[in-house]
Amino acid sequence: MRRGAFTLDARFTAPQAGVVALFGRSGCGKTTLVNIISGLLAPDRGHIDIGGEVLLDTATARRVAPEDRRVGYVFQDSRLFPHLTVAGNLDYGLRRARGRTQGVRRDDVISLLALQELLARRPHTLSGGERQRVALGRALLAQPRLLLLDEPLASLDAARREEVLPYLEALRTRLAMPMIYVSHAFDEVLRLATHLVVLDAGSVVAQGSLTDVSLDPALTAIVGPAAAGAVLDGRVVDVDATHGLARVAIGDHGELRVGAAGTAPGMSLRVQVLARDVILSDRPPEGLSVRNALRGRISAIDTDSNDTRRVLVDLSGAGIVAYVTRDAIDALRLAPGSTVWVLVKAVSLRSHPFPGPGV
Amino acid sequence: MTLTPEELDALRLSFVVATRSVLISLPLATLIAWLLVRGRFRGRFALDALVHLPLVLPPVVVGYLLLVLFGRRGPIGGWLHDAFGVQLAFTTAGAALATAVMSFPLMVRAIRLSLEAVDRGFEDAARTLGAGPADRFLSVTLPLMLPGILAGSVTAFAASLGEFGAVITFVANIPGETRTLPLALYTAIQTPDGDAAAARIATLSLLLGFSGLAFAEWLARRIRRTLGQT
Repeated sequence: MRRGAFTLDARFTAPQAGVVALFGRSGCGKTTLVNIISGLLAPDRGHIDIGGEVLLDTATARRVAPEDRRVGYVFQDSRLFPHLTVAGNLDYGLRRARGRTQGVRRDDVISLLALQELLARRPHTLSGGERQRVALGRALLAQPRLLLLDEPLASLDAARREEVLPYLEALRTRLAMPMIYVSHAFDEVLRLATHLVVLDAGSVVAQGSLTDVSLDPALTAIVGPAAAGAVLDGRVVDVDATHGLARVAIGDHGELRVGAAGTAPGMSLRVQVLARDVILSDRPPEGLSVRNALRGRISAIDTDSNDTRRVLVDLSGAGIVAYVTRDAIDALRLAPGSTVWVLVKAVSLRSHPFPGPGV
Repeated sequence: MTLTPEELDALRLSFVVATRSVLISLPLATLIAWLLVRGRFRGRFALDALVHLPLVLPPVVVGYLLLVLFGRRGPIGGWLHDAFGVQLAFTTAGAALATAVMSFPLMVRAIRLSLEAVDRGFEDAARTLGAGPADRFLSVTLPLMLPGILAGSVTAFAASLGEFGAVITFVANIPGETRTLPLALYTAIQTPDGDAAAARIATLSLLLGFSGLAFAEWLARRIRRTLGQT
């Protein structure tokens, strides 16, 4: 796909369920890519299929029209039809999806997105957050096989974003609908994505599960060193209410203690361990306030900048990345294969519930 | 102010002619406006010029051309008469045709502006919701153009009430058939002691024109409020 001097050359595969985040800076080609998937833009060369059905194949000149693709689209600017009420907007796609009800029912969408009170209103009387909720419902009711969300929160202020995010989380959990979520805000990606495709200047620079990609330097290059760190999906083993700590099982036999607020035993929890917050030790720690010490093996040491090194530690089934000074590497004689203890303060861990899709 | 039966007749006829004129031109003007805005074809400029021609031609020339084309012996008029028994020259239908041609550019202009103002993003959204081209036009584009279509119709209607040159040339000045308000006014001026009648008809035309514009404005505001455009 070429537009002026801009060339987009992307290839990625998305799983049948879950949320794939298309992540990158503004202008890296994210929106162009979803427009191509929806069919609103035609690329010079390309191939798209959903579950085996070819939607686009320039080699055989096959191109399914957007209206026949059954690919839902939630736009950044909502694009609710101003001449219709909220109910009219919701029914627009539903009416055109006659006969192929996939199980997204009107009542379910209205209750899931809390739209009951809004049904009779006109789009221009809604707040930005309400508009995006209606746009979500409208897209879902057209019974798509795939839902594209192009920065649906980008035009909202922080408070409104917090108001809409729980609905998006609920959709991920309650509907078995694959979604592609475009964003340049990494905190949204953390909250929503199961998979991540990182775009930079029109090319895919990393892709895979969020856990895997979180260790990739290509992602660090975009989020910056302050936000870089491993993302771990685990399960709450038990909650120690007295001390306000929850134990979270990570990987095969790792365990992290995190703040107990909002957690309950059995809950799926996503924990982000920022690379800056990790301390490495060559022996089991003693007499420290740090609540987490996990034993692991160094799998790689990369140069991050002149004075710092990125150390990847394998915790048997989970990976952690740590920023360590070159000086410390030399002093502790760290090398790939060394056994280390990974120390993280419980208070520096960010966590939030993350039930998988269809749970 | 009491109107004579002849003047009432002229008033009624003006409304009949203007209504028919708007009804004839509305679908065609919408189509032409769509072609001019969205069409990508050779001759778009020529079409644009053709549509606007009545604005710059003397109305008498338009009436004369209509007479040549649609008269009993004209290529179109002759065929219409032989095939359907329809006669346009010197009839009310002919008066409606003449006013339709004259007010056509006004209507195309208004509809065209409203179509240009329609955000293509809404049509894209409709596409992703499963709407094909015709469906999209009827369910999204047309409703969003409504303010312009109504404004164009009201303006064209008001202009049609007052069309003189093309009408008198094409269909003459026949009481009860083609004598609309401006033709009645002209007749009154030509008649000795017609001063009072002329004043009455002129006042009436003034009132009609003013209420037409006021109505158009009221309608446009109402629609804009519904659509949330301020």
